[in-house]
Amino acid sequence: MQAVFFIAACASIFAVALICLFLFVNGIPAMKEIGFFSFLLGERWKPGNNIFGIFPMIMGSIYVTAGAIVIGVPIGILTSIFMAEYCPKKIYPFLKSATELLAGIPSVVYGFFGLVVLVPLIRGMFREGNGSSMLTASILLGIMILPTIIGVSESALRSVPRTYYEGALALGATHERSIFAIVLPAAKSGVIAGVVLGIGRAIGETMAVVMIAGNQPRMPRGILRGVRTMTANIVLEMGYAADLHREALIATGVVLFVFILLINFCVALLNRRNRHA
Amino acid sequence: MNNTEKISISSLDLYYTDFKALKNINLKIPENKITAFIGPSGCGKSTLLKSLNRMNDLVEGCRIEGSILLDGEDIYGRMDVNLLRKRVGMVFQKPNPFPMSIYDNIAFGPRTHGIHSKAKLDDIVERSLRDAAIWDETKDRLKQNALGMSGGQQQRLCIARALAVQPEVLLMDEPTSALDPISTSKIEDLAVELKKDYTIVMVTHNMQQAARISDKTAFFLLGEIVEYGETEQIFSMPKDKRTEDYITGRFG
Repeated sequence: MQAVFFIAACASIFAVALICLFLFVNGIPAMKEIGFFSFLLGERWKPGNNIFGIFPMIMGSIYVTAGAIVIGVPIGILTSIFMAEYCPKKIYPFLKSATELLAGIPSVVYGFFGLVVLVPLIRGMFREGNGSSMLTASILLGIMILPTIIGVSESALRSVPRTYYEGALALGATHERSIFAIVLPAAKSGVIAGVVLGIGRAIGETMAVVMIAGNQPRMPRGILRGVRTMTANIVLEMGYAADLHREALIATGVVLFVFILLINFCVALLNRRNRHA
Repeated sequence: MNNTEKISISSLDLYYTDFKALKNINLKIPENKITAFIGPSGCGKSTLLKSLNRMNDLVEGCRIEGSILLDGEDIYGRMDVNLLRKRVGMVFQKPNPFPMSIYDNIAFGPRTHGIHSKAKLDDIVERSLRDAAIWDETKDRLKQNALGMSGGQQQRLCIARALAVQPEVLLMDEPTSALDPISTSKIEDLAVELKKDYTIVMVTHNMQQAARISDKTAFFLLGEIVEYGETEQIFSMPKDKRTEDYITGRFG
């Protein structure tokens, strides 16, 4: 019987190993052929002329993710504080299921919402560009990472011993001060872990971003201009790419994979620190 | 001897939703004395203690009738609850230092009440730690996390933290029940020392402790005060049969 469990457990490890192997075997030779630095730091992406520089896409991913953090993190953390410390019992179930539902919406539906609501809104508000922009993508991704941040932060806040809060109150601190000066710092590493998970979600998001970011493969030039992320780069061109072009796209996947690995490493580090504290 | 009353409780009833946890409590707590609340578990002594700084407000469905006066002022009236808790400090059953440095633990209270000057805070931290008899053990590691200290040290830190906001009354909710005998005796000595400057109200399960250090003792049973008087009298010649049975260990 133990063997069955063992085989089941192996399946996921096997899958990860296989993905790694596939990515690196197909991606590394392309990087070599293009030149490691001209691939990573090249500012021009012109597959027709055999020029493959993904720096614009790397920056695109970083900018869009940073924008999502700026928008999603404050809202997410404040929401989780509300849910853990302020929320009346009557509305809590609604709020909780609303945030959980937010996590369950398929990303193509988010993209559709962005296309129909956010893009015209941004176009109308700023009268510059056509509305498909870095800003639009940041807002949408900011919304998409909310459930991750809220869920993890809320459970981190709830796991702070109630005695800390009571101790602060007993010294004459207000509800607000007790929460912001004692409870929130005590939950800090859990909250940060939630943010990092959110970053992972934002950087890996593909469908919603493709639909609203403009996708121009050039260096980002401002928040109202279009950008292309690494994920968008892969999905837009994979359909017709061949030879070196195709391998360059897989190599883009390798870079993305390394980003995700770094983020996961951060999460693991934070979790370990949590356990020690 | 100074015998002015600091806290005066009259015809106090307390309900947890429908359950009446305290029944017609009348009690005058003298200034600069240690008043001990004793009685079996669930008799309401901790509940009464928590009413004195309104920590019961946190309990859902908790309702109070009657009055508690601090220096003649109704604490459930117009008094600001945060100001009340500054004046009436509390030490909890389980030591609960914040997960931060020893220094920041002590400085939290003063900072809350608007003191931000480094020199002043340094002063307060040192004085509070000295008053709580833990300065010598902590002066070289003020920047270290308070959670690294032993249970007894943590509890004295919590006392220092309470003293740092210069309260008038110090409530202690079984402050030694989680500690070893040596730490316990340190805290007891400390309480006796502190009563010169503060009014102390202490809930204890340990009757020897009440007999050793308190001036006044109130014996609680099923939400009522059965007997209240000088500690000596309560322990040597209790007036009520139930008090006698309890202190001689026949129940509880």
